Amino acid sequence: MAENKKKPKLTTPLESIIESLFRFFDNKVYRYTALFAASGFLLILPSLSSRFTQEIMTNLFFYVVVCLGLNIIIGYAGLLHLGYAAFFAVGAYTTGIMSSRFGIDFWLTLPFSVVAAVLAGLAIGFPTLRLRGDYLAIVTLGFGEITRLTIRNLDITGGAVGLIGIQRPVFFGITLNQISHFYYMFFILAILAIFVSYRLHDSRMGRAWEYIREDEDAAAAMGINVTTSRLYAFIIGSSFGAVAGSFFAAKMTAISPDSFMFIHSVMFLMAVVLGGMGKIPGVVLGCIIVVLIPEISRDIGQYRLLIFAFMLLIIMLYRPQGIWPDRPTISAKE
Amino acid sequence: MALLEIKDLTLRFGGLCAVNALSLEIEDGSIRSLIGPNGAGKTCVFNCLTGFYKPSDGEMLFQGQSLVNKKPHYITFLGMARTFQNLRLFKEMTVLENVMSGMHCRTNAAFFTTVLRTKSQKAEEKHIREVSEECLDFVGILDKKNHMARNLPYGDQRRVEWARALATQPKLLLLDEPAAGLNKDEKSKLIELMHRIRDDRKITIFLIEHDMGLVMKVSEKIFVIDYGVKIAEGTAKEVRDNPKVVEAYLGKEEEEESA
Repeated sequence: MAENKKKPKLTTPLESIIESLFRFFDNKVYRYTALFAASGFLLILPSLSSRFTQEIMTNLFFYVVVCLGLNIIIGYAGLLHLGYAAFFAVGAYTTGIMSSRFGIDFWLTLPFSVVAAVLAGLAIGFPTLRLRGDYLAIVTLGFGEITRLTIRNLDITGGAVGLIGIQRPVFFGITLNQISHFYYMFFILAILAIFVSYRLHDSRMGRAWEYIREDEDAAAAMGINVTTSRLYAFIIGSSFGAVAGSFFAAKMTAISPDSFMFIHSVMFLMAVVLGGMGKIPGVVLGCIIVVLIPEISRDIGQYRLLIFAFMLLIIMLYRPQGIWPDRPTISAKE
Repeated sequence: MALLEIKDLTLRFGGLCAVNALSLEIEDGSIRSLIGPNGAGKTCVFNCLTGFYKPSDGEMLFQGQSLVNKKPHYITFLGMARTFQNLRLFKEMTVLENVMSGMHCRTNAAFFTTVLRTKSQKAEEKHIREVSEECLDFVGILDKKNHMARNLPYGDQRRVEWARALATQPKLLLLDEPAAGLNKDEKSKLIELMHRIRDDRKITIFLIEHDMGLVMKVSEKIFVIDYGVKIAEGTAKEVRDNPKVVEAYLGKEEEEESA
């Protein structure tokens, strides 16, 4: 009988450390203190650290924005999207073209970037959202490559060379041209993305996505319009990517098709899957892993894909729901 | 006028005719049953009504409005809710969240109100919660609202399905084998619950059921189908004494001899 008392589940040390952390942060006071301390630290970080560190952290915030957008599509709505870099490219190129070719102010390009992403989301979403699972993945994969190849071959996008001379944004009289400026810019964007994600998750819309993910037919029988809900997920998710893309273009001042390769879609996808699909802290954790691991030691930079492949294998074998623990349930507590 | 009117409903899968020129009427405020041997096409009728299957021919009128070529979610919005033969709960969600799904078609918060969390959105969320809790209370499992659906015993999972269907605020409730897998005690509670749904909530009930005892007790009128064709209709006694019904369930004597 003693065997039955043992947990049949295999618990890795990493898992138990995170589980205990999770229990610790169940306490509201601890949680808010920790969040406060973390944001305080991130706010003063640029004055303490080198340009190199700031660059990595900016990249991390950028990943958080993009991956939370992808998380709405994959994690919330359960649609496997393999061409997310395309939406990111749509945003970046909208801003890039308007800014470098027509000299339009960066902030004015943002709404156009979102509109372009919505249109792209509709164009790809409308005909394909009837497809289930793997088939959608294949179509989105194709869409990602088509977008990149189109950009590569059009004149207005500058072809393979790309666009140069994208203007820096001006924010209350300050031209954003220092890395610390972008650090704060992306920090605010990441906070916004987290905020919007939380609000969406805990709402009528977020629940509708969850119902559809759990059982499409039952959701339809309960009066949920499956196609429209999915389309919403596609549009909102693409908008996140497009906004991140616009800021990316402004930060780089030059973009080329090489910034939007399939491998980028894969890296975004990996951050979402590693940490835990549908879980916001999980996605942030996934971004930290994907961005920081290659940077911690430059030596392993060459092998990062190998390391990620191993990590992904281990996660899929032992913890398919991602590193971040599931929410505790009443009966689990009993 | 009848609440639901089915005229010459026909459903074909290739050469197989699952439902053949079926006509029936459900009056407002009644409890009606659809019975028939296994594979007679009962669930197919439900799937046509709720928009999961497209009927090959025929007309279905709900409150005078045609249901042909309407999507499932819109039919639910019109006021027809269903339960499934094999439970289709959202297993990884709590009981309350399951029931809240039913309120989706009666509410309308969208992206901006959600992100800004406006007053109306907050009020709506509160309303969704209240209605859902009331439905759970009605079926008697409010105390389990925070449990994961998959952790409930089978009988309670059934109740979650009913609560979820009630939360859509239907006028007509389609129950697909509601008593399957329930014990005697749970069945008598189910009968009482069906009467309460009809009398307190003024919801018409149309059910498919194999348990004849239960069907005879709850429904004023019974439709019998076999191979997609309606073979009898009437009160429990009339149906029981109908030779065609006996034949459909037990087979013809001469057939048995030749077999």
